[in-house]
Amino acid sequence: MPPSALPDGDPAPSTGELPPSALADVASTDLGIYVHVPFCTVRCGYCDFNTYTLTELGGPGASIGVDSYADAALLELDLACGVLGPAAPPVSTVFVGGGTPTMLRSRDLVTVLDGIRQRFGLAPDAEVTTEANPDSVTPESLRELADGGFTRVSVGMQSAVPHVLHTLERTHDPENVARAVAATKAAGMQVSVDLIYGTPGESLADWRRSLEAAVALEPDHVSAYALVVEEGTKLAAQVRRGVVPAPEDDDEADKYELADELLSAAGYGWYEVSNWARSQRARCRHNVAYWAGTNWWGVGPGAHSHVGGMRWWNVKHPSAYAARLGAGESPAHAREGLTDEQRYDERVLLGTRLADGLPVADLRGSGRTAVAGLIADGLVDGPAALRDSRLVLTLRGRLLADTVVHRLLAS
Amino acid sequence: MSPMARSALAPNATPPDLIRNFCIIAHIDHGKSTLADRMLQLTGVVDSRAMRAQYLDRMDIERERGITIKSQAVRMPWELEGTTYALNMIDTPGHVDFTYEVSRSLAACEGAILLVDAAQGIEAQTLANLYLAMENDLTIIPVLNKIDLPAAQPEKYAEELAKLIGGEPEDCLKVSGKTGEGVEPLLDTIVRQLPAPTGDASAPARAMIFDSVYDTYRGVVTYVRVVDGNLNPRERIVMMSTRATHELLEIGVISPEPVPSKGLGVGEVGYLITGVKDVRQSRVGDTVTNASKPASKDLGGYRDPKPMVFSGLYPIDGSDYPDLREALDKLKLNDAALVYEPETSAALGFGFRCGFLGLLHLEIVRERLEREFNLDLISTQPNVVYDVTMDDGKQIHVTNPSEFPEGKVSEVSEPVVRATVLAPSEFVGAIMELCQQKRGNLRGMDYLSEDRVEMRYTLPLAEIVFDFFDQLKSRTRGYASLDYEPDGDQVADLVKVQILLQGESVDAFSAIVHKDKAYAYGVMMAGKLKDLIPRQQFEVPIQAAIGSRIIARENIRAIRKDVLAKCYGGDISRKRKLLEKQKEGKKRMKMVGRVEVPQEAFVAALSSDGDAGKTKK
Ligand SMILES: Nc1nc2c(ncn2[C@@H]2O[C@H](COP(=O)(O)OP(=O)(O)OP(=O)(O)O)[C@@H](O)[C@H]2O)c(=O)[nH]1
Ligand SMILES: C[S@@+](CC[C@H](N)C(=O)[O-])C[C@H]1O[C@@H](n2cnc3c(N)ncnc32)[C@H](O)[C@@H]1O
Ligand code: SF4
Ligand SMILES: [Mg+2]
Repeated sequence: MPPSALPDGDPAPSTGELPPSALADVASTDLGIYVHVPFCTVRCGYCDFNTYTLTELGGPGASIGVDSYADAALLELDLACGVLGPAAPPVSTVFVGGGTPTMLRSRDLVTVLDGIRQRFGLAPDAEVTTEANPDSVTPESLRELADGGFTRVSVGMQSAVPHVLHTLERTHDPENVARAVAATKAAGMQVSVDLIYGTPGESLADWRRSLEAAVALEPDHVSAYALVVEEGTKLAAQVRRGVVPAPEDDDEADKYELADELLSAAGYGWYEVSNWARSQRARCRHNVAYWAGTNWWGVGPGAHSHVGGMRWWNVKHPSAYAARLGAGESPAHAREGLTDEQRYDERVLLGTRLADGLPVADLRGSGRTAVAGLIADGLVDGPAALRDSRLVLTLRGRLLADTVVHRLLAS
Repeated sequence: MSPMARSALAPNATPPDLIRNFCIIAHIDHGKSTLADRMLQLTGVVDSRAMRAQYLDRMDIERERGITIKSQAVRMPWELEGTTYALNMIDTPGHVDFTYEVSRSLAACEGAILLVDAAQGIEAQTLANLYLAMENDLTIIPVLNKIDLPAAQPEKYAEELAKLIGGEPEDCLKVSGKTGEGVEPLLDTIVRQLPAPTGDASAPARAMIFDSVYDTYRGVVTYVRVVDGNLNPRERIVMMSTRATHELLEIGVISPEPVPSKGLGVGEVGYLITGVKDVRQSRVGDTVTNASKPASKDLGGYRDPKPMVFSGLYPIDGSDYPDLREALDKLKLNDAALVYEPETSAALGFGFRCGFLGLLHLEIVRERLEREFNLDLISTQPNVVYDVTMDDGKQIHVTNPSEFPEGKVSEVSEPVVRATVLAPSEFVGAIMELCQQKRGNLRGMDYLSEDRVEMRYTLPLAEIVFDFFDQLKSRTRGYASLDYEPDGDQVADLVKVQILLQGESVDAFSAIVHKDKAYAYGVMMAGKLKDLIPRQQFEVPIQAAIGSRIIARENIRAIRKDVLAKCYGGDISRKRKLLEKQKEGKKRMKMVGRVEVPQEAFVAALSSDGDAGKTKK
């Protein structure tokens, strides 16, 4: 799920080649593959993901659409296979995100998964997730995915309250969510639901209703995101014009605390700031890999990748993406090699978000000195730090994770 | 009509009777510089290709703001009835902050053109400058300008002018600096009516320094008006106040660029270059004489302009402090009115307490420091100077609110000004109400004509330098004009309002205000800070206090959430870049106790809402 604003970077070579330093640890580092499917039936007002409606892309005659997507993705997988070379390990996680991946026929999603399997192999216990909009799945399509090797579906539930769904411009109604979740389970896959809180007009009681509805579905995993007003979205324009109120930090804090309370009570434990899972096994390993800084290759328009301290991102527009691959070139738009300091900053930035915590030993001097103050201010769990030498955030600390990171990194 | 002079007279060889020295004085924006443009063109010293509007406003800042800040002298040839004359014209600024520039220029002239916008009539600085010219015994030529404007009422204002200066309305010349109409007859009138300079050509030289400017390439350029004797290239000269001698490396006239000459004789206006690097060695008001044949008595100098408002200037980046010092030293070379001394602020670090002639002057100095020296500055709330007497008789001179004593104060006195407001009579009520609010005392009122009044007030300087002018303009639909000059001190009921963040006083935000206005100031500043200071991990009370009495309070609630909810593949770079930016931003944070205050908050809290640039007209 790449954000639509691409950072500036250095030029990326048209061969997609990586420097030897980035490849040095490929064999011994877990490899994930992210597949970005940039299509949606309509664009939701709050969303700034790199996604396009079919009309925006020019209809059936377009150079790339739902029918030709899998072919383009396979070309990029060829490139990835060549660049990573024979040392690349079997893939341990696959995540198909969007946009709306389930706008592709299940057959096409399976084709892409098969493509990955053929080129890299899949680890025996590989986690294979796809995002799904509640409206665009059927029991049949889900069964087809399960049969093809998918193990997990993440359903975009967002809310169980009609007026909130309406404000978010979601097309689905609460019943569709229940149906999609049930069908996923029936097909033998794990299921996760995504929720959004802080939507303008959402009361604390509305949010409680959404949480209770989510819990009642008994998913394996719940993600709960505070609504971000992303620049350039319709929502941002509405907030600017004063048509809808901006989300309020205090309100979001209340809602986060409520989420943690209700989810914990229902047996879901937090393992990342915005993610809760029914068990250790139910955590999303693909996402954990992002936060642990391992290797992943992002396939698709605008997808981001990270291999051995090199980050790059693809051209955003699907036609430009297809054209590059058609010409035998890498679709990478730009890239950046991380300095040691940047890698350290990222490790702290991402590691503190996890319930497993950041080993205190990983902190440099000034960071380590900051820990005592963070414990004193109730932001970091004291016993965990003493007992396990790990820096784990308290509930208050989770809400103020940015402050914690600043204090750890302030030199 | 006179033709353009066929050939100009050579400096140092021009008999005084062929010289006319005059300046153009007026209310701000009445068209002095534009009239000067036409004179430059008609006399042929600037050809039409090189011409641009307000040619003599050479500084970027003058051109951008469309106002004159520095006087400029130009020598121009003019022929009348077959005789060629040399005219020295000085264009002066109109804004009240720069009145001292006008005074200096007047001392180099025998005559003044009093220019009045024919659509506006007489305004406050018209009067102020007229009185200055009369004190200097100058011959005055009244001229109505902008007669091309449809709204011009030359007959009406000719009568007003005649009544003011004496003489007949018909004597008043009518010109348009825009079209050039009437400017040739005006030049003829200058030759006919203004007295020629007189002086003793055989006496030791005496030349008055009326301006001194530092130029990066040429060093100090000194502008003089020769009264007696003459100055010649390569001779040694003496500055009479310091007895310092210098060699004249170059001497010449401005026409309108510097033109070296064989010297300067009686009545002439020109420049000197001696190679000195510091204008303090060539001070405005000093008298220059020949080293070989020194004069015994100087010409009597000018009073140095006195700073009226003070403000602290601090570099946003503390490491720029030495650069700021150097920049001030350089700027001071061209700006005698600028004074400064180092000071430290608990909140802002090292900086300078600077004295200015007014808010426009402050703004211009600050802008020049930022632009010409590439500095980012914070300027603190401007204030005037107070004299505090303690119960034990101790006297304290306060130029910075933080120097205001804590103990038993028996009396505080503040500077006052004698202000003149000119406006159509329908606004008398509105003006009186405003002056009342500003603690003014009406001293007198006169009708200049049937519908135009002059009101004279004594007002505290502190009330007038800030938003008084904007308010005056808005209450009189722009018709009133204002002039003021210092008029001593008065005892007043003044208190210091302190602003406390989490119980700690922040010197940069405190102010000395009248007791009746303390509450309003406290509420305003506390409210502003509440919006400007980001929420912290803990609650931050903001209080305004007089001594130990709290008069206003606000609260910044503790922040509860700052974490970005989602953080996937592509978000990571974004987030790290944000973090890197915030780390940079941290360096721009000032700690007040435990409270992090961004520099921007200081800048925004201290910026006055009405900026002085708008106070032109
Ligand atoms: N229509 C018309 N406009 C004029 C005339 N003379 C000047 N102006 C305009 O009046 C404005 C002010 O002119 P300046 O020549 O800068 O006035 P000033 O008196 O030098 O102003 P300061 O130096 O700031 O006191 C400008 O916009 C000019 O274009 C005139 O004769 N006719
Ligand atoms: C790629 S997105 C959407 C997947 C799928 N198309 C859908 O909408 O259900 C994954 C999740 O990000 C979250 N999300 C998207 N935009 C967001 C925003 N502006 N603020 C917070 N969460 C957002 C939503 O919960 C969404 O389900
Ligand atoms: S369906 Fe999902 S990806 Fe598509 S616009 Fe809506 S939130 Fe964005
Ligand atoms: Mg001017």
